[in-house]
Amino acid sequence: MEGVEQIVAEHPFFAGFDPAYAHLVGHCAKNVRFDPGRYLLQQGAPADQFYLLRHGRVALELSGPGRGTVTFQTLGPGELVGVSWLVPPYRWTYDAKALELVRAISIDAACLRGKSEADHDLGYEMMKRFMPVLIQRLQAARLQLLDIYGAHA
Amino acid sequence: MHESATDPMVPRVLRVRSRRRDGPQVWTLELDAGAREQPGFAAGQFNMLAAFGVGEVPISFSGDPARPQRIVHTIRAVGAVSSALTRLGAGAALAVRGPFGTGWPMSEAAGRDVVLVAGGLGLAPLRPALYQLLAERARYGRITLLYGTRSPKEILFRREIDSWRKLTGVMIEVTVDHALQPWHGHVGVVTALISRARFDPGRTLALICGPEIMMRFAAEALGTAGVASEAIYLSLERSMKCGIGSCGHCQFGGLFICRDGPVIRYDRLREPLRVREL
Repeated sequence: MEGVEQIVAEHPFFAGFDPAYAHLVGHCAKNVRFDPGRYLLQQGAPADQFYLLRHGRVALELSGPGRGTVTFQTLGPGELVGVSWLVPPYRWTYDAKALELVRAISIDAACLRGKSEADHDLGYEMMKRFMPVLIQRLQAARLQLLDIYGAHA
Repeated sequence: MHESATDPMVPRVLRVRSRRRDGPQVWTLELDAGAREQPGFAAGQFNMLAAFGVGEVPISFSGDPARPQRIVHTIRAVGAVSSALTRLGAGAALAVRGPFGTGWPMSEAAGRDVVLVAGGLGLAPLRPALYQLLAERARYGRITLLYGTRSPKEILFRREIDSWRKLTGVMIEVTVDHALQPWHGHVGVVTALISRARFDPGRTLALICGPEIMMRFAAEALGTAGVASEAIYLSLERSMKCGIGSCGHCQFGGLFICRDGPVIRYDRLREPLRVREL
């Protein structure tokens, strides 16, 4: 293995991944960097890729009239940015902004969806890695929604 | 010997030496013990504080156990009594009974990594434990404080947090549930910080204080990270009245939180915490 394929295989998200699958995913991957303040993805835009963070932190933001921009989650090295590429209509539902210099692996979503359709074992392996992340974020969102630190808590 | 030293139901009348705002609706009172010797307290214990004519509530110590003459309590104004207490200015009198309850298991921390997980006002009862850990830094492994609160403006003890961050071998991470610009720290639930923290789960002692839901999730996340239930301690809160396990107001299953707690090992709490009726 070499280059981006090696980086994919060594990312915590792919810990224990079959090298053959790392090879396949590596074909959909490239290295990217974002300077502080640059957006990795923006609300409403096509979800054509997702990112595995290697360095730096990213803020997930929502903006609304009269409320300004609210950060609802920050992510760091080893974590994943972007899950909307998994389900139609494949569009981002929030913004993701680099808080500092960010280095990441960008994975082409259409490429990976195609490979997963062609090889369901790969697709299942990917789902097994995405589902815990989705569930953790759902549970976190529930806790945030409960406002547990409020005066009533 | 002072009368209240023998009868836990007889309060001592103390006066407020200073009052400092530590957040929205949160005030820290330092009480003036005068020349009278005050009973020592263990990190994690609480006093019953009474505002005259209003009522009495349990409030954890938030000061340094090594300085028992300096009685410090951090209080959030949420009800009639706590609101009355937070309105007491310098020189005002209040009634104090205690200390009561179990403390954090500091003797078990020696030689181990220690992870403190605080949520909201839960940082106040953990602060005495942190003072103790930092005062004897060489006795412990890595010390990690993971603190979650509602928003940046509600971060308690901000200046101290900044000073703790500069210490060697101490990791301090603060996260908020949501933030407007220009916050550059973590945003998200405090449990998310657990997987990012560095500690040896097999030799870690974890102390958790905060809203009960948060403590349940934090204890489970620590368990997932490999920390045994027997090495996780929670500080519980119920309707404490007498402080000595007599009145039954704070009964939680087979436990009286004022006497058997507030600090209790997680393996004794895991099942009762799942019972909604408790």
